Amino acid sequence: MYPEDLRYSKEHEWVRQEGNRVRVGITYYAQHELGDVVFVDLPQEGSIFQAGEAFAVVESVKAVSDIYAPVSGRVVEVNRELADRPELINQDPYGAGWIAVLEMENPAELEDLLDAEAYRALVEG
Amino acid sequence: MSDHGPAGKRTPLYEEHLASGARMIDFAGFRMPVEYSGILEEHRAVRSAAGLFDLSHMGEIKVGGPGAAAFLDWAMTNRIADMEPGQARYSLMCKPDGGIVDDVVVYRRDGDFLVVVNAANIAKDFQWLDYLRRAWPGEGGSPVRPEDVILEDLSDATALLAVQGPRSLEILTRLTDAPLAAVAPFRFIEGKVDGYPALISRTGYTGEDGFELYVAPEAAVPLWRALLLAGKDLGLVPVGLGARDTLRLEMRFPLYGNDIDESTTPLEAGLGFAVKLDKDAFVGKEALVRQAAQGVARRLVGFRMIGRGIPRQGYPLLAGDREVGRVTSGTMSPTLGEPIGMGYVAAEYASPGQELAVEIRGRSIPCQVVKGRFVRPAR
Repeated sequence: MYPEDLRYSKEHEWVRQEGNRVRVGITYYAQHELGDVVFVDLPQEGSIFQAGEAFAVVESVKAVSDIYAPVSGRVVEVNRELADRPELINQDPYGAGWIAVLEMENPAELEDLLDAEAYRALVEG
Repeated sequence: MSDHGPAGKRTPLYEEHLASGARMIDFAGFRMPVEYSGILEEHRAVRSAAGLFDLSHMGEIKVGGPGAAAFLDWAMTNRIADMEPGQARYSLMCKPDGGIVDDVVVYRRDGDFLVVVNAANIAKDFQWLDYLRRAWPGEGGSPVRPEDVILEDLSDATALLAVQGPRSLEILTRLTDAPLAAVAPFRFIEGKVDGYPALISRTGYTGEDGFELYVAPEAAVPLWRALLLAGKDLGLVPVGLGARDTLRLEMRFPLYGNDIDESTTPLEAGLGFAVKLDKDAFVGKEALVRQAAQGVARRLVGFRMIGRGIPRQGYPLLAGDREVGRVTSGTMSPTLGEPIGMGYVAAEYASPGQELAVEIRGRSIPCQVVKGRFVRPAR
């Protein structure tokens, strides 16, 4: 449920490093806690966010959750498919349910994120 | 989002909910299931087959004594005195200023009445009714002597299970000989379900056909299991408070605490059908007669989104740049697949077809006032 090749934020986002970029989504734990996702507010491509800044919103039937940028950077791609199929976040949180790709401003920030073991301890502890 | 809330009251079905993997939340002082398999799936089950609800958190106040009918006719906005045994009726209780103390269903039994109240209001309602009971005699006071009305809070001694959805009758028939098919909406009978004595009422909060079963707490667990087993092949699933909310919102049924409260009146909320202004006297009558004559300044409307976004409680409703109201309830309608909401707006903006906007995260997202229910009721 928490792939070893990803890094995780304490706010329950995952990042997958792709060179100078990271693909970002929310974790299995986050989507499970939210329940059925019915709406995603995606960031504008080209916009710039600091690490920890809210950059997207995911809504389940009952709850509205801010999604925070795990690292600082510029949004270079968003998952437009989520507009029509927000349930992909529940069905495939680490695959088709990705939210955005950020071009990192400072790759060293990745070191501040948790590895799979530490994240698992966080949500299961 | 945490499952580890403070210890709330438990219904007799608490352990059943945990065992079936329900996500539990604190609601009105109770630990209640918000969802089992998922809100969307549970919602669809109720619209297409059937759902089983634990509503044991709801309150039941028995009103007995020789003055009960006259007393309730005065304490309630709807007409009570003309009800027949076996009849249930939706009503409001209002303060003298017309503000809503609670919305309730009154059941007339052979010798007494049962007032079914919202879980969050049990203590308040009991105190309010007891206060009214002692308000005799006098102008605008209770029409009967205090000793002629006996109040008893049966909430802890009553479990409430609801079976809702088009297959409800078929499912329940498997567990009872009671003549369910002959029970009309807002009527009830007393009978045995799976051997347990129950008040069986053809009522609900989903817009679908269905029954509510008032039973002893000891009967709750065996009956819950028996119902799930009896309805399994017909698609019956347990349903939590999450889908209960989306189901009622599609029907535009108000939720106390969201859409109505002591600062709103039945006339503002579009509940005039449950207010009999021609009754001799009832608590709140003068204020409501006056409001009816003057016209309300704001109305509770239903609206659908034209733009992308889900309205949520507290979001501003805008006409141009001007705030003309607030959202009181909103969700993604599972049946329609589009966002819907309710909210109070200034009366001049309340007409069906009126275009407004909801302010969502600083953006103005267009919406339109619609008439009537969002989803056509099944019956």
